[in-house]
Amino acid sequence: MDFQLTQEQEALQDSVKRFCQREYSFDDRRAIIDSPIEQLSAHWQTFAELGWLGAGLSEEAGGFGGGPVENALILEQFGKALVVEPFTPHLVALQLLSTLAPTEQASLIEAMIDGSRRVVMAHFEHVSRGNCATIETVADFRDDQFYLSGHKTLVQGAAHADTFLVSARDGDGISLFLIDANTANIEREVYHSLDNHLVADLRFDNVAVDPRNLVGARGEALQAIELAVDYGIVYLCAEALGAMEAALLMTRDYLKTRQQFGTTLNNFQALQHRMADMLIETELSRSMLYQGLAALESTDAQTRKAGVSATKVQFSQSGIFVGAQSIQLHGGIGVTDECAVGHYYKRLFVIAQLYGNDDYHRDRFVGLI
Amino acid sequence: MHLKFQPEDERFRQECRAFLRENLPEELARRARRGYHPLREDIQTWMRILNKRGWSVPNWPQEYGGPGWSPVQRFIFEEEMRAACAPVVNLLGTELVAPVIYTFGSAEQKAEHLPAIRNGDVLWCQGFSEPGAGSDLASLRTRAERNGNEYVVNGQKTWTTEGHNADMMITLVRTDSTVKPQAGISVLLIDMQSPGITVRPIYTIDEGRSVNEVFLDNVKVPADNLVGEEGKGWSYAKFLLTNERTASAEVPHTKHDILQLEEIARQEYKDGKPLAEDPVFARKLGQLKIDTLALEYAVLRVLTDDSSSSAAVASVIKTRGAELRQRAADLTLEALGDYGLAAAPDPEGVHNLRSGRAPTGLPEYGLGASARAMYRRATTIYGGSNEIQRTIIAKTILQL
Repeated sequence: MDFQLTQEQEALQDSVKRFCQREYSFDDRRAIIDSPIEQLSAHWQTFAELGWLGAGLSEEAGGFGGGPVENALILEQFGKALVVEPFTPHLVALQLLSTLAPTEQASLIEAMIDGSRRVVMAHFEHVSRGNCATIETVADFRDDQFYLSGHKTLVQGAAHADTFLVSARDGDGISLFLIDANTANIEREVYHSLDNHLVADLRFDNVAVDPRNLVGARGEALQAIELAVDYGIVYLCAEALGAMEAALLMTRDYLKTRQQFGTTLNNFQALQHRMADMLIETELSRSMLYQGLAALESTDAQTRKAGVSATKVQFSQSGIFVGAQSIQLHGGIGVTDECAVGHYYKRLFVIAQLYGNDDYHRDRFVGLI
Repeated sequence: MHLKFQPEDERFRQECRAFLRENLPEELARRARRGYHPLREDIQTWMRILNKRGWSVPNWPQEYGGPGWSPVQRFIFEEEMRAACAPVVNLLGTELVAPVIYTFGSAEQKAEHLPAIRNGDVLWCQGFSEPGAGSDLASLRTRAERNGNEYVVNGQKTWTTEGHNADMMITLVRTDSTVKPQAGISVLLIDMQSPGITVRPIYTIDEGRSVNEVFLDNVKVPADNLVGEEGKGWSYAKFLLTNERTASAEVPHTKHDILQLEEIARQEYKDGKPLAEDPVFARKLGQLKIDTLALEYAVLRVLTDDSSSSAAVASVIKTRGAELRQRAADLTLEALGDYGLAAAPDPEGVHNLRSGRAPTGLPEYGLGASARAMYRRATTIYGGSNEIQRTIIAKTILQL
């Protein structure tokens, strides 16, 4: 075993860190989240130029030869800077396409990596509550056409996507379709989630889809969706780790400057011990992230799912703990919109629920689902 | 990055398993499975079997008789030993005292003590804590006065684990009371048979005997038994305690507790179904396994990365490791239902038999569980309490 980064990985980490320092201060970010929702963030093209959009995809699959560790390194830095561009949704869609149709969709994958096309998965629904198998959108096959009807909720990255990978019940299985975002009878309702990320609800009302737009075999998409979502979970956890570390250090610095009762707050043992608990949770979370990345390497789906679910349980719990305690130790200023610590909390809170919360994943871990 | 065990690690694991299958006496495993305080004879028998194979002191450098394993191999070996229910050997000698001796001791001390520790001939205890010096160890008062070629030691030690089974005690003494507390401390190696030593049991909450009070009344100790330099004892003790913290994350122990607990949950019933199938119980067990998995990776990180194996990171895993040992023991009692509440001291060990004997209805798989759970309250106290660890984390890592 060896937890050291390679030189290339360290260089990647440095380059993301430099970008965030240069382009993604808390004020820069505020300008992005305050801009009209129609406005495209210019950073996506930068991500493409720096090679990050394909950094974690193997060369055979059309990427630049890295793997999940590279993606996790990028996301950890994004977590520290609270980057709102939908990087994980991009990775999940890439994973889906390269699992189900690597050759057929090679040119689309290439276009996603160079930033000219933006594809996201539209799978989860209000009824899902983290369970990939639970969806109600249906694909009705008649007159050589599929007709999709259903309602996808909180679709991450959907605001500015040009194409959706839409899942639907198809007989006894689940099929996946590549659908242009401007297709007739799709209603896209864009809104912000708590963490100021742009998301959308997508309503499909008898949307006609040509069978050529089927991705992978008919009725057999569920396993690939589960795999892609497992990757997505580990990436969200990497982002959460960055957010936890940033919130922890920010709080530490605050305690060393804030004066009360004639001394700085860092001199109070109750607060020192709370900070120690936050550090313990953060260090255990980093350890669990490595475990989760190791689980993704597993060829056996059960082993992979157990390891990924364990990771999600850890981060759902420790992320909220560290985020909430960071606010608590800041006191009143921590609950203001101008203070970054609340924004860390909100992102950690959302990540804790996305793709299944700790209850769902603990049950998946113990095999109760 | 290699985030998984490599094929050569798996081959090593198989080698450990085969060795344990062929060499661990059933009688020893039967007693160790119950998790009571180990018997002196069992420790010595097992140390000699291990030493014959060259495996009794996995953490030592090869020049002193260690097997030359990587930290990950040592972790695997420990895991397999626990899974096979091998007796827990005298870690105080092998993992705490020996590193102090081979790092700071004289050539004579190495020659005299290391082979005897390696073969289990001489068992050790630790004379650190005192009635007035627990977490605040530097305030210790046991005095050693130099008189020609010997020291004369007077004072009292307490919480001396396995003191009644030990031949030697590594002892912190005050050799200079004119300097600041930390600077006046030295380390002496004291023969427990010396005139003037009295060992009295402190029966613990599990009604067993493991810890003791040790009284030192004009005990004469040869000056050659001073480790390193006079007045440097505090830095040697800190070195030792850092080793203790890393060791006491005890992940292999907790993983074994969980395996035992799963076995119990398959044999105990609730509402006509095995307890293992009860969703509420399964979730508690699942949470324990998840938390243990995170700790396991934290330990593996520390083991494979010299740069982060500081005292501070050791404090992180010590804190959580101690908490998980308690949770595993408590959940085992819950799984045992009524019989989890039965006092059941070790029928073969030393105990304060207030409760007579265990009820006959208590299944063999439950024997020892209640005593274990009670004694585990000590895990968050010994080796520097969890509050001390939190202060270390706050000061050293967070620099608060």
